[in-house]
Amino acid sequence: MEREELQQIITNKFPEALAAEGGQWLNLQVPANLWPEMALWLRDEPSLACNYLFCLTCIDRNPDLEMVYHLRSLQHGHNLVVKSVLNRENPIITSVSNIWRTAEFHEREVYEMFGVAFTNHPDLRKLILPDDWEGFPLRKDYEDPINMIKL
Amino acid sequence: MYRETEVIQTIPGTDEMVLNIGPQHPATHGVLHLVITLNGEIIKKVEPHLGYIHRSIEKMCESLSYRQFIYSTSRMDYLSSHINNHACALCVEQGLEVEIPRRAQYIRVIMDELTRIASHCLWWGAMAMDVGALTPFFLAFREREMINDIMEETCGARLTMNYMVPGGVMFDLHPNFVGRVKHFIAHFKSKIDEYDELVTGNIIFQNRLKNIGVLRPEDAISYGCSGPTARASGVSCDLRKHMPYEIYPELQFEEVLDNGGDSFARYLVRLTELRQSMHILEQLIDDIPEGDFQAKTKAVLKLPKGEYYQPIETARGEFGVYIVSDGSTTPYRIKFRSPGFSNLSVLDHISRGQKIGDLVAIMGSLDLVIPDIDR
Repeated sequence: MEREELQQIITNKFPEALAAEGGQWLNLQVPANLWPEMALWLRDEPSLACNYLFCLTCIDRNPDLEMVYHLRSLQHGHNLVVKSVLNRENPIITSVSNIWRTAEFHEREVYEMFGVAFTNHPDLRKLILPDDWEGFPLRKDYEDPINMIKL
Repeated sequence: MYRETEVIQTIPGTDEMVLNIGPQHPATHGVLHLVITLNGEIIKKVEPHLGYIHRSIEKMCESLSYRQFIYSTSRMDYLSSHINNHACALCVEQGLEVEIPRRAQYIRVIMDELTRIASHCLWWGAMAMDVGALTPFFLAFREREMINDIMEETCGARLTMNYMVPGGVMFDLHPNFVGRVKHFIAHFKSKIDEYDELVTGNIIFQNRLKNIGVLRPEDAISYGCSGPTARASGVSCDLRKHMPYEIYPELQFEEVLDNGGDSFARYLVRLTELRQSMHILEQLIDDIPEGDFQAKTKAVLKLPKGEYYQPIETARGEFGVYIVSDGSTTPYRIKFRSPGFSNLSVLDHISRGQKIGDLVAIMGSLDLVIPDIDR
């Protein structure tokens, strides 16, 4: 499906989703409270069928955090990027692990690396770092003079 | 995450017990730590604890230049370092908008397919060893050694090649390269049949794998599985076909699919992929075009402000490089989407209800490489 057509379908249903210019794929900015409803719709709407979440990550846009979801439809072959800006002090977003099961591990990684809290996550614990690790290593303001060597 | 616990714990009031496997255990192919809840011999739950070999490569890359960061990806999936380097080079080229010389494209694809063969060879040996057959491991290493020698001659390294750079490849091919690859193709063709005779038809081997760890297609998609793991469940996801890069659209090869979904189907898909890779090599090796092996690029690379994502088909599945650039000489943020990470997440789902002895067979059939998962 063409990018314009894809954008048309989504913004008809969710006028709050703002499309950004440029980039290789359609890029949508979505408010965090709308995301769970939209995620389910993106997967179940037959003309979109974004059933494959191939990348889930977060970017520290100092001062805000930005969640990034890369979606693909294996039937139709289109790709889609959905982003959601979160508050740095209190970053909360609903988990999508009940929609795409792969999100469970990816969200645990984002939780420990960026400190984003995912509500409704079945098992939100640290995945890679030790349990007693303090701070969020992939944030830009993270300082660790013992374990990190600045090049 | 690594946690110090007793190796075996019993849960009071039930017949269940908790068993730790790894992180240093020969059957986990590296340093994977699994905490398994068992009821007798039946697996109730498998909980992977990651991080034993976590090196924070994503954070390191934020302070490396666009030429330097590629080298760290060789250390992630050390069995397909060429393909990882290739993904990074493609991603940087996407931002720079440089045209790659045809000779470099040919060399890259040949190297990718050789890597795929070497990786699948090692997996084949390890898979057979996991279910109790020792000899195949030595046979597979004999063939893999030939590829490593070819790589060493051209790239100067056997495992962490770092041969692909933005714009092309680092050096031209060694004069012996074409001859040695042809020799390898002729040699390996007879060996694949030997692999089949020795292991595939073996009734004990088949009984260990058939109907073990069945992965349904809808679960494979939901868990984000890719590569042979997903294709053995009938999910068509070969990026060489669906999102082609370099000269793959011009090549004749088939996407290997199987509808079995069990460990034996995953075994068959990988074995057939070996033949397909040989087929690709045969088409390319005789007519590598003359010309430059590297496009002209600036000494210091700067990507325009923006975001770039490049997926690529490695031996294990979809490897993605996501670069967020702020226009400076180092990436603002890099995310590596590793195939093993998503493939591992399905382990708990497909091993529940199986016996503990089958867990090793399931893990072998998923082809996990731990540094690729931990990053």
